[in-house]
Amino acid sequence: MKHVLGAVCGASVLLAVPAMAETTLTIATVNNGDMIRMQGLTGEFTKKNPDITVKWVTLEENVLRQRVTTDIATKGGQFDVLTIGTYEVPIWAKKGWLVPLANLGADYDVADLLPKIKDAVSADGKLYAAPFYGESSMVMYRTDLFEKAGLKMPEKPSWDFVIDAAKKLTDKSAGTYGICLRGKAGWGENMAFLSAMANSYGARWFDENWQPQFNTPEWKTTLTTYVSLMKEAGPPGASSNGFNENLALFNAGKCAMWIDATVAASFVTNPKDSKVADKVGFALAPNTGLGKNANWLWAWNLAIPAGSKKTEAAEKFIAWATSKDYTKLVASKEGWANVPPGTRTSLYQNDEYLKVAPFAKLTLASIDAADPNKPTVKPVPYVGVQYAAIPEFQGIGTQVGQQFSAALAGSTTVDAALTAAQSATEREMKRAGYIK
Amino acid sequence: MARMATTRRVMISTAAAWLFGFLIFFPILWMGLASFKTELEAFAIPPSFLFFHWTTENYATVQERSDYLHHAMNSIIIAGGSTLIALLIAIPAAWSMAFSPTKRTKDILLWMLSTKMMPPVGVLVPIYLIYKSFGLLDSRIGLVFILCLGNLPIVIWMLFTYFKEIPRDILEAARMDGATIGRELVYVLTPMAIPGLASTLLLNLILAWNEAFWTLNLSTSSAAPLTTFIASYSSPEGLFWAKLSAASTLAIAPILVLGWFSQKQLVRGLTFGAVK
Repeated sequence: MKHVLGAVCGASVLLAVPAMAETTLTIATVNNGDMIRMQGLTGEFTKKNPDITVKWVTLEENVLRQRVTTDIATKGGQFDVLTIGTYEVPIWAKKGWLVPLANLGADYDVADLLPKIKDAVSADGKLYAAPFYGESSMVMYRTDLFEKAGLKMPEKPSWDFVIDAAKKLTDKSAGTYGICLRGKAGWGENMAFLSAMANSYGARWFDENWQPQFNTPEWKTTLTTYVSLMKEAGPPGASSNGFNENLALFNAGKCAMWIDATVAASFVTNPKDSKVADKVGFALAPNTGLGKNANWLWAWNLAIPAGSKKTEAAEKFIAWATSKDYTKLVASKEGWANVPPGTRTSLYQNDEYLKVAPFAKLTLASIDAADPNKPTVKPVPYVGVQYAAIPEFQGIGTQVGQQFSAALAGSTTVDAALTAAQSATEREMKRAGYIK
Repeated sequence: MARMATTRRVMISTAAAWLFGFLIFFPILWMGLASFKTELEAFAIPPSFLFFHWTTENYATVQERSDYLHHAMNSIIIAGGSTLIALLIAIPAAWSMAFSPTKRTKDILLWMLSTKMMPPVGVLVPIYLIYKSFGLLDSRIGLVFILCLGNLPIVIWMLFTYFKEIPRDILEAARMDGATIGRELVYVLTPMAIPGLASTLLLNLILAWNEAFWTLNLSTSSAAPLTTFIASYSSPEGLFWAKLSAASTLAIAPILVLGWFSQKQLVRGLTFGAVK
């Protein structure tokens, strides 16, 4: 009997062991340099947590958004950790789609997270996602071309200066253009830049009563300035240029200035990819003296969907990937220049990082200058700098983006584009019940 | 004189055919070339055609980062499985409609085709919920099933058209000799329709191989085919064309080779009955 009992106990232990060892996390992410690096370092996490294995699902940003939204809305439970933007966090938290992160560990140091970024991933005082990397936008410019033209870029340039310099630095016969800006239609493409630019001109998406504001003089000035500047000093075919197209143009030495995401700084200063790596300077995004710069705020974050049954292991992974120790791990393996930026105060106090990242201080200043709760001069009912964090915004933003891209391409006028944007936004907001 | 005119006509039509063929093939050629460029060269304006620094580093990166064989195996199973099942269902269905039509046959055929007119995204959420309930999410069986259903109308339509071309008298002769329906299908109809069957099989295989909507939405990792493998190389921030081209070249390679070897059957099948 003893033998039988022993055998039964032994067998149950043997059966129980694989069950304990089989927590597999499925993590959905986008194909960005920092995320790919994280995938490469997963072994370090599984070494410390031998009972957890990790499966990666890497998808294009828009595909990922659709895929993850379907899964989370149906509580499909296909993913345990999601990579989502600051736009989704407050909306999904409100719907109860995300698990609040309450057990990140005693040494996680939540207070070290940059306050603006922390605000962007919190709702009702609870952290619903952990920022993996954060970004704002700033001016990147060619120091050699500025010197040749006898121009000096101020640390906080005005739009007047930028417009004037762009015109002076344009030499179309030599294939050099004064300024490269996003023109490709999309809420996260041209509208990210144009919303931030509009904020600096005092425009806003909606007034306090959710009434669309494209019929205001502020929006007209913004769009007129943008279209005429790009026509005079921008590259040909700018209406189809997004981040990557402008990055390629800048790296090939075709742009004297480029206003875009702060993460681009490490790409344009990398001699392996950029022909102008040693000739790049940085400045804050332009302003018009109204107290707001034309810069945005964005972060890619890790969150746990409410459908996941492995929240404990998922939280362990998130704590590891967004910790100070992870930053040190990346630095030891790939150098300080490759650590994910824009999430922690301590990184910007680290001398080793500041030494290899000449753009670090401006990145921090740009992030500090953006306020998702007070994005523009006048009061607004929404949260978000270059977007309004409401579910309807993706559709509205892309429709408006198409109108503005058409105005840049010359297939419609600025006035017609603004009128169409106003009526499309009014229609959508009425349909969604924000206005009557 | 007449001979010269004919030779000239042949030369012109040959040149036109080559030019047309080159135009059709150009995107694939361009993708192949981009896969051997550096990221900066792949994005360069004006683009360089052949004189650039050739490199295989994109293939090395793709091999290092992704499990190509896992995705390729999934693609073979999903595309092959869905095609075979679709044929098994479609052959008897097309046979009955071609040789024993009723007054509703045309309506049924049109109704089947009409299901292809609805955008798949319209039924994504219901299908996702059904799959979730049956545990079919991220499973090869689930993908085989949905791709089979999706392509079935086209397969039935193609086979119906081929079967219609076969003279009824031959089947009647077989029946006179005492052939059962099963024997008639297997020994008389199928061999006569082989070119049509081959082209239907190949076309359906290509459609299933390239299907991206359902495969991207219903799989995560275990059942993810080559479409997911390609989608993982597009990046919102950072240059990716060269690596994406390398991934795409690897993804289309098996189907390209298959298409190359079976082009005779494909052309024969597609022009089957064209002269009548």
